[in-house]
Amino acid sequence: MRVVQAVTGSYRAHVTRDRILTAAAVGLLLAFLWYADRTFSAYSIRILNTVAIFSIVAVTYNLINGVTGQFSLGPNAFIAVGSYTSALLTLSPQEKVGSFIIDPLIWPLSVISVSFPVSLIAAGVAAGLVAFLMSVPVFRTRGDYLAIVTLGFGEVMQVITNNAVSVTNGPLGLKGLYPYTTLWWSWGLCIFTVICTVRLVNSSYGRAMKAVREDETAAEAMGIDAFWTKTLAFTFSAFFAGVGGGLLAHLITTISPSLFTFFLTFNLLIIIVVGGLGSTTGALIGAILFAWGGEALRVVEEPFTLFGRDFPGVPGMRMVIFSAILILMMIFARSGIMSRREFSWQAAIDLGSALLARIRRTG
Amino acid sequence: MNETLLRTEELTVVFGGLVALSGLDLEIRRGEIVGLIGPNGAGKTTAFNAITGVIQPSSGKVLLGEDDITARPAPKIAAKGIARTFQQIRLYDDLTVIENVMVAGHSSVRYTVFEAVMGLGRFTSDEKRISDYAEYLLDLMGLSDVIAAKASALPYGRQRKLEIARALALHPTVLLLDEPVAGMNPKETKGFADLLRRLHSELNLTIGLIDHDMGFVMNVCDKIKVIDHGIPIAWGTSEEIRADQKVIAAYLGTAA
Repeated sequence: MRVVQAVTGSYRAHVTRDRILTAAAVGLLLAFLWYADRTFSAYSIRILNTVAIFSIVAVTYNLINGVTGQFSLGPNAFIAVGSYTSALLTLSPQEKVGSFIIDPLIWPLSVISVSFPVSLIAAGVAAGLVAFLMSVPVFRTRGDYLAIVTLGFGEVMQVITNNAVSVTNGPLGLKGLYPYTTLWWSWGLCIFTVICTVRLVNSSYGRAMKAVREDETAAEAMGIDAFWTKTLAFTFSAFFAGVGGGLLAHLITTISPSLFTFFLTFNLLIIIVVGGLGSTTGALIGAILFAWGGEALRVVEEPFTLFGRDFPGVPGMRMVIFSAILILMMIFARSGIMSRREFSWQAAIDLGSALLARIRRTG
Repeated sequence: MNETLLRTEELTVVFGGLVALSGLDLEIRRGEIVGLIGPNGAGKTTAFNAITGVIQPSSGKVLLGEDDITARPAPKIAAKGIARTFQQIRLYDDLTVIENVMVAGHSSVRYTVFEAVMGLGRFTSDEKRISDYAEYLLDLMGLSDVIAAKASALPYGRQRKLEIARALALHPTVLLLDEPVAGMNPKETKGFADLLRRLHSELNLTIGLIDHDMGFVMNVCDKIKVIDHGIPIAWGTSEEIRADQKVIAAYLGTAA
């Protein structure tokens, strides 16, 4: 019993310290955002917004793929639902009349117009509802089949957005959305999402999800309803994917079905696999690397001159590089940057003091 | 005499054309330790799987007290108080030792997802209750020193103990152990028998167990059921079983 107290005692003693450090880190982040908001170029701010939105979606996508171990390939569907829901709700009735030139928008969507925050909540709820309804057919399957079924739903959503012209305006998409998504909205919701997800993972519901991932039969033998546990993870994940979609729509101000192809899911998959499947920290690192790296790598798509010869720019070259990175990860570092580990202040302090000690020794 | 806790009536399991278990009548009374023995392939694990809802029985009934739990989903049966271990150890390998045990507290959680996410209401008190009980059980099973280790890092014998600790965290009324001493040496087996008796008295447990180690089964069980090729052939105390001609024939074969 003494050892137990030693272990848990020290663990509990650091709770207050860790809370203070976390609050300080959030404070620093907010200070940085305030500074960025005033001084950064529109281009940089846009990248920062993209980082936050990808973080929101990746962290919760990781909940279903990494934590619960259900290989879903359908987040593009939930992001699409969120984007369209939020966009349709913020556009004014006059703007909608102007946009829907093929078929008029159906009532009551044609007359509703709500504020941005309300539209984001609606986006989350709509995506969550779709996921909840999808759970019944999806979780009758496992493994590869589950991946195929979710992929199929993603494609179905593509077809719907392209053809339900009186709701989505078809391939023309929705244009002229007001750019409501500021750094405060995107990062505020990113922080909120990360806190909610970490708390869920560290609760009994999170343990149940991990137990289902590790051994479904043993989880059921311990009183865990695997179906409801997966449905919870799926719905929770879709809710935030929907909110992320709403933020995305009001960041780029124009949405169309081509934005939500399987390509989007593929990008998210790169993020969580490179970061480390099952790690929230990994998903965050992956999202930052991806959104920032994606911009940094734009140079490879520009025309360049090598050995006196001119090469034309190749659009899509970035994806070749991303794919190569993914393949190399799969060969040499299958568990990703963080594996299933999480950031902890204790580990950071230990690492910091070890580095300091080394610097002192050599210096 | 104590009341019957777990009873099967004519429990039968057929896989395709193969009768894996035929007409098992098993009765476990409160506080008893009952053994289920038989040669390999006799249908012992099949019986446990049918009782706990891992597989669906083809016919027959499973009753927990007055409750008919036949073919209910496994998590419902577990939540009603039948906990089990597996013949092949099935821990959550990548979770820590204490997390493995705390998983089994999930059916007793009263807080909602919303309370968990916001850290409100019953979240803190429930988490404390579950982790305190997990610590108590790990202490009881002699695993306190590895509380934060990954389950996969434990040696075989301690993984078996962890599986039992996890099952106990369900607050079971009946604990079913599938070959708990398989792979243990005689000294470990004896130590385990002592541990089992201590658990039995300390937690007022009712236990059903399968094992091939006759010495161990005869030593700890109050009653023993013998099955062969899916068919029950004997029922009684260890003395009665030892003297039963059909049991001897099943294990050693009959003279031609």
